[in-house]
Amino acid sequence: MASPKDLKYTRTHEWVRLDGETAVLGITDNAQNELGDITYLELPEPGDSVSSGEPFGVVESVKAASDVYSPIDGEVVERNDEAVDAPELINQSPYEKAWLVKVKVSDPTQLDALLSNDDYDQFAGEQIG
Amino acid sequence: MVSFAGWNMPIQYTGILAEHRAVRTAAGLFDLGHMGQVSFAGPDALAFLQWTTTNDVSALEPGKAHYALLPNETGGVVDDIIVYRQPEGQDGYMVVVNASNRERDVAWWEELRSRRDDFDVGIQDISNELGMLAVQGPVAETITSRTVDVDLSGIDNFSWRRADVAGVSTMIARTGYTGEDGFEFYAANEDIGIIWDALLKAGEQDGLVPVGLGARDTLRLEARMPLYGQELGDDISPYEAGLGWAVKLEAKEFIGREPMAQIKAAKPPRRAVGFTTVGRTAAPRSHCPVIVDGKDVGYVTSGAFSPTLQKNVGLALISREFAGVGKSLQIDVRGKLIDAEQVKTPFYKRDDG
Repeated sequence: MASPKDLKYTRTHEWVRLDGETAVLGITDNAQNELGDITYLELPEPGDSVSSGEPFGVVESVKAASDVYSPIDGEVVERNDEAVDAPELINQSPYEKAWLVKVKVSDPTQLDALLSNDDYDQFAGEQIG
Repeated sequence: MVSFAGWNMPIQYTGILAEHRAVRTAAGLFDLGHMGQVSFAGPDALAFLQWTTTNDVSALEPGKAHYALLPNETGGVVDDIIVYRQPEGQDGYMVVVNASNRERDVAWWEELRSRRDDFDVGIQDISNELGMLAVQGPVAETITSRTVDVDLSGIDNFSWRRADVAGVSTMIARTGYTGEDGFEFYAANEDIGIIWDALLKAGEQDGLVPVGLGARDTLRLEARMPLYGQELGDDISPYEAGLGWAVKLEAKEFIGREPMAQIKAAKPPRRAVGFTTVGRTAAPRSHCPVIVDGKDVGYVTSGAFSPTLQKNVGLALISREFAGVGKSLQIDVRGKLIDAEQVKTPFYKRDDG
């Protein structure tokens, strides 16, 4: 499925939506599909900081555990406890219900380096190819 | 798809959880073409298998099978295997081996044969000619009965016989690796696809689905069936792995018998235990260290989220003094200590099993 147009994407299969100074982070539909049934989610607490290019959480499926990387620097202001309690939400609704964390962004220009939906779809398509 | 012992195999067809659930509640169909089969024939086939495997092959009636280990000479295990005695009217045995061990198993058997001149036995790797598949689950028998020309109630657990499926000749065995009732089929490579199609067609109405390697692993783990390379290895004795029942020290002489007897008599220093984690946590995986009171006491051999129990389960090989149902452990999962409790195994046992 084509990725939503209003989001930015990473080559490690996360998505970002900038909402003023706050960025909402999640993993892509393509990522949840590759991981399979997700059974456990580990996320930072509000107040924790995240750094660009560094893992901030773990998404675990029956198959394996995978790190989730932050594309930006900032401080976690909210985490999605609903998704932590019901990790299968990531399989069902990766772009809506299963956002992972909201981050107060230190430098919004960091988002400029991220992929558009078209670029991401092409990148992901080549990877799976 | 994933490359496994030179085979391209699907980890999953639709999803591990759904496939796992299908096997526990209805039935699943497994393509096991990667598994190895070795035939033993000739006047000394029995004597040779007695000498090179741990179980008592002389106790096998025609058409019966048992689980056994292929021992090394130091008390460890080269592979875990199923030995099938050919049915009435046919001589010899077929041994099913793990895909990843096939070549070294055959090399080991050939070496052992060459050490003695008194064994007249033919050893033939027939893996490339034979296909293998399995139907497992509570309705496996109902589904299979629609496709075969024999009465399945006449095939007991760990038995096999010749049958026809969709006009194709096959050997059908009541064996498996899931903890459910079910059958495994062996047929010529060019015919196995016909059997697959016939079973799938006969079983769709009852929820039969193809099952990949992912669910095969979670199913066998819940049933506490060992996986070579994890629960078993060259440096793990059957007594540590909890498989002493498949070693018949008293019945016969065999390769590796002496070191195994010594390990048993001295009580092995390690023991395989089952555990579940406490609360919602990351799943312990194989090789995660096991900690008690800050001390490293062993490692996880297999671990996963159990779809049936809806919590993490695992097996660990730990120092004997820390083993015991109800005792606590901690598992180091990616640098975090997770609380776990030792529990009885198997984690899952079917009602009539």
